[in-house]
Amino acid sequence: MRITLNGDPYDLAEPLTIAQLLATLDIDPRGVAVEHNLSIVKHVGFDSTEVRSGDQVEIVNFVGGG
Amino acid sequence: MHSDPLVIAGKTLSSRLIVGTGKYANYQVMQRAHAASGADMITVAVRRVNLTDRSTESLLDHVDRKQYALLPNTAGCYTADDAIRTARLGREAGLSEWVKLEVIGDERTLFPDNAALLEATRVLVQEGFVVLPYTSDDPVICRQLEDAGAAAVMPLGAPIGSGLGIQNRNNIQIIKEFAGVPVIVDAGVGTASDAAIAMELGVDGVLMNTAIAAAQDPVAMAEAMKLGVVAGRKAYLAGRMPRRRYATASSPPEGLVTGR
Repeated sequence: MRITLNGDPYDLAEPLTIAQLLATLDIDPRGVAVEHNLSIVKHVGFDSTEVRSGDQVEIVNFVGGG
Repeated sequence: MHSDPLVIAGKTLSSRLIVGTGKYANYQVMQRAHAASGADMITVAVRRVNLTDRSTESLLDHVDRKQYALLPNTAGCYTADDAIRTARLGREAGLSEWVKLEVIGDERTLFPDNAALLEATRVLVQEGFVVLPYTSDDPVICRQLEDAGAAAVMPLGAPIGSGLGIQNRNNIQIIKEFAGVPVIVDAGVGTASDAAIAMELGVDGVLMNTAIAAAQDPVAMAEAMKLGVVAGRKAYLAGRMPRRRYATASSPPEGLVTGR
């Protein structure tokens, strides 16, 4: 199945929760924010929100800025 | 120094200088500059996580969140929708309601799109954000932003990253006279005297990034900025002497040894 992850196509073998997706990507869930189909996923929802084929996911963090 | 804190939306900041986290050569220099600046609030940008290179260090690993309050920005957003979306992501990433709201209207000057900024301010205030909008040095838009619920207004002194100093002192002064919320001069400062001038105009604080990060010695410049802000604030509170076009002698005219 294919999702759009941070603006690019990304292939997954099966549907994953946000928490599983972050683990797959080796991303520490602390300090990131996740948007799923244009809605914010709160950290408490990372285990319960499932990413399915065609979904759009954005994973952001803080970088230097003014 | 006697206590003269900056209070924004009920939050007390001991320093009137807010500094950025961008453009530093490395995180070590950034950390030392932050410490030298005395700031207790720092701005950060919200960007997509780099998925291909997970080895890059995270900014937050180099920020002591007990010492510094984070002010996520919406830099780079050109529409109200993008800025609102970025603000929401920043709130989740930082677990704070505060946002430095930017909606850019022009690429070369990075001047704000004030109509879109006002729209985004209204939406985010409704959602419970503490909105600090970066805006033009225009008293009318500043008043409109305040009416829309902005917790402070942040007029630019000059274009972002230009280091040109305060271009329209009269407007900045009028903005401060009109404002019922704190006024923070955001952008345009190049060196310590610019920060002092901004504070002498009576504004409540100064926000800067490039002036420190792009200095030859960012740590020394950070300290200079701290002192410039403190000096400007003290001078403002002290009340400057009136300007005169001609000289008035400092020494008494009487008792002068003259003639022969």
